[in-house]
Amino acid sequence: MEAGSRLERRIARPEVTLHGIQTPPRGWLSWLTTTDHKKIGILYIATAFVFLIIGGVEALIMRLQLAQPDNTLVSPETYNGLVTMHGTTMVFLFIIPLIAGFGNYLVPLMIGARDMAFPKLNALSYWLTLFGGVAFYSSLFFEPPQAGWTMYAPLSDDLYSPSGGVDAWIFLIHLTGLSSLAGAINFVATIHNMRAPGMSWGRMPLFVWTILVFSYLLIAALPSVAAAVTMLLTDRHFGTSFFDATGGGDPMLWQHLFWFFGHPEVYIMVLPAFGMISEILPVFARKPIFGYKAIAAATVAIAFLGMLVWAHHMFTTPTATVVLAFFMLASFTIAVPTGIKIFNWIATLWRGSIVFKTPLYFAAALPALFVIGGISGVQLAIFPVDWQLHDTYFVVAHFHYTIFGGGVFGYFAGLYYWFPKVTGRLLSEALGKWSFWLMFVGFNLTFFIQHSAGLSGMPRRVYDYSSDLDVTGYNLVSTIGAFILGVGVFITAVNIVISLRKGKRAGNDPWKGNTLEWFTTSPPPANNFDVIPRVRSVEPMKDIRREVALASKAPETSAQPVAPRGV
Amino acid sequence: MMLRALLRRWTYLALLATLAAALVGMLVLAPGAFADAFTPESRGSQNAIDIDTLYKITLYIGIVIFVGVEGTLLYSLIKYRARRGGPEAEQIHGNTPLEIGWTIGAALILVVLTVVTFLYLPDIENPPASGPNGLRAEQARFASIDQPDPPRSGGPYLTIKVNGQQYLWRYDYAGGDQLFSYYEMVVPTDTTVVLEVTASDVIHSWWIPDLGGKVDGVPGLVNETWFKIPAGKEGVYEGQCAELCGAGHADMRAQVRAVTPDEFEDWARQTRRDIQESGELLAEQRERGEGAEGQ
Repeated sequence: MEAGSRLERRIARPEVTLHGIQTPPRGWLSWLTTTDHKKIGILYIATAFVFLIIGGVEALIMRLQLAQPDNTLVSPETYNGLVTMHGTTMVFLFIIPLIAGFGNYLVPLMIGARDMAFPKLNALSYWLTLFGGVAFYSSLFFEPPQAGWTMYAPLSDDLYSPSGGVDAWIFLIHLTGLSSLAGAINFVATIHNMRAPGMSWGRMPLFVWTILVFSYLLIAALPSVAAAVTMLLTDRHFGTSFFDATGGGDPMLWQHLFWFFGHPEVYIMVLPAFGMISEILPVFARKPIFGYKAIAAATVAIAFLGMLVWAHHMFTTPTATVVLAFFMLASFTIAVPTGIKIFNWIATLWRGSIVFKTPLYFAAALPALFVIGGISGVQLAIFPVDWQLHDTYFVVAHFHYTIFGGGVFGYFAGLYYWFPKVTGRLLSEALGKWSFWLMFVGFNLTFFIQHSAGLSGMPRRVYDYSSDLDVTGYNLVSTIGAFILGVGVFITAVNIVISLRKGKRAGNDPWKGNTLEWFTTSPPPANNFDVIPRVRSVEPMKDIRREVALASKAPETSAQPVAPRGV
Repeated sequence: MMLRALLRRWTYLALLATLAAALVGMLVLAPGAFADAFTPESRGSQNAIDIDTLYKITLYIGIVIFVGVEGTLLYSLIKYRARRGGPEAEQIHGNTPLEIGWTIGAALILVVLTVVTFLYLPDIENPPASGPNGLRAEQARFASIDQPDPPRSGGPYLTIKVNGQQYLWRYDYAGGDQLFSYYEMVVPTDTTVVLEVTASDVIHSWWIPDLGGKVDGVPGLVNETWFKIPAGKEGVYEGQCAELCGAGHADMRAQVRAVTPDEFEDWARQTRRDIQESGELLAEQRERGEGAEGQ
């Protein structure tokens, strides 16, 4: 940024008077005071990983408790606290900050910009998220909230949840909500205004497309939950009765306001992962993405339809059939654009020359797992079927297949893919593949069998179950799977720590990437690019590599044995 | 070099063997466990059986899609892996007819699902008439869920008001002298039972898997559902609250005991008498208690 603007000034303006030299801060102070999108991105991602580990440990304690019937490892109060903390942490403090981190780091690099549009606002966004997390986890020192991450009223009202845990949760929603809103506006401004010359909408990387849609979705959905939690706060402390039936309010209002945000939130959490694998699959298949326009259009369609399906979370509430039917059909329609994406990804691999590096493993696992969540999603959208499956472990299995399978596997692909850009070093392939296989096997063991637990009548959010229910075996398998999954995630954490210091040097473009971030050094300098190339296609780096090859007139060497030759 | 190639081959073989083993395992276990592990419970009421059927239809369509997608994905991953001297990647950017084709294909599947759902919906939503061996009612009433008009299925039925409270279910039987019970709901077989579900503190969800879907009891609102247990299926049907309602949520259980109409009437008579007697006793105690306090 500094160097870039100085360069511009030297070119554009005749003279600048120097009033004093300000050395950039170093060490930890440079992280505290930074407005650099890359440093903020790293802060976000590191924070997200810390919360992943916290939320993961919470999940493992729950799985331990459920490993056998009538277990007494934790009390019901603690268990409900774990349920709430795990859900809230994973949604608001892991996945959303992780996306914000990747988006921050990558969007300016991918569109050939030198920073985000509002660097200081960007820093504010990060710190709001961090302090939201701190405010929420401070409830550990009194009493964590126990009403589930959906915080349904009236259970979350002061009469039934008198402790301050719910208030801590409200602060978290407000702080991370503000953070996401500011971040979203920043992404929108950046993507609309700061793209490299020649990068029209039709040449924008698909990951940037998804971040743009992610941002618009946040702007559309967040005000609803912000209003809802404010009403909850006044219900709890200032005598209003928005959600209190005895005072003339309606508990259904909470559910509508919450899910009007909550369902778009699902797409907010997975669309950027879809964007990532749309970048990663073509690179490792050595093929262009299949159906670029279809994938971009499907992203927009999913976001639009995603705003119209919130009440499918409420099929068991007192609601007229015609409303149920509308939300069923609206939910069905989302299957079409998501199906289009899955088909296009597979078509991208088709007749490629697929290089099996760790990012590809995670990226290819995404459609494989997401399709399971998609099928169970259509089943759940059929409201009579939902009447049986709602609030059971079937739903738990479903949304973990969508958000973990369709989201987190994509983000791990992104982590392995962009780590060399961020650090200049490659993550270990051996550890990466171990991590992948353990995560893949562990994930399926944990969650596939939960379909059966739910079908057998096990509701979600129960701290124990009776051996009469015949779900003991399912739960034991699920617990074992969860620990395998945990080991898989842990290996990636170890991989990061080791590779930061000892990883193989990556060079600028270790994967023969397609997008502009591979044009600059690894890690990129503060100003990202000294020269911003003109973009002529959706794969500018392919064009650049071709030009370089032509200019040097040297034949392509063994450095890129599987790269495409010619057009 | 040789070793590495060998190792790579072993990895693929291991992967294929694992997948094959998983599939074979599923197929071997399937016949016995299939009905139970992969479909909802549906031992009692017709609506549960219809939901089960509807679920199975979606499951079979889902399995076809699953196998198609996963199969194509695995095939392309294995077939088109980069090999020394193998073919280069084809630089295909897309195929519009193909895009249109699978868009329409996906939409068609959903149209089929919509049609099937609406075919089954009336039988799931609307309670049928009680059978000839059901409870004799004083007057014929019309049962209808969420419909302004009397449905095609007229006939007598039993209404029970279900009230969820932390952490217990209360059942008030409509008509006649006061009749209520907690935890265990006693119902006559071959009789349509309509439940009016609500809650008096937080949201609860009434669910007996064998007797159909769940309905939320929301404070201030009334939700409806029904079930009808055929004659000969007397017995106990277990369930539990399905909406997180506080620390006791997991222990908020419920059961429905289906008995013959004659047994039901005996039970109702006895219980009414018990309730009346205990009410009188309570009133007596209160009188004496209040007298002693000298208010």
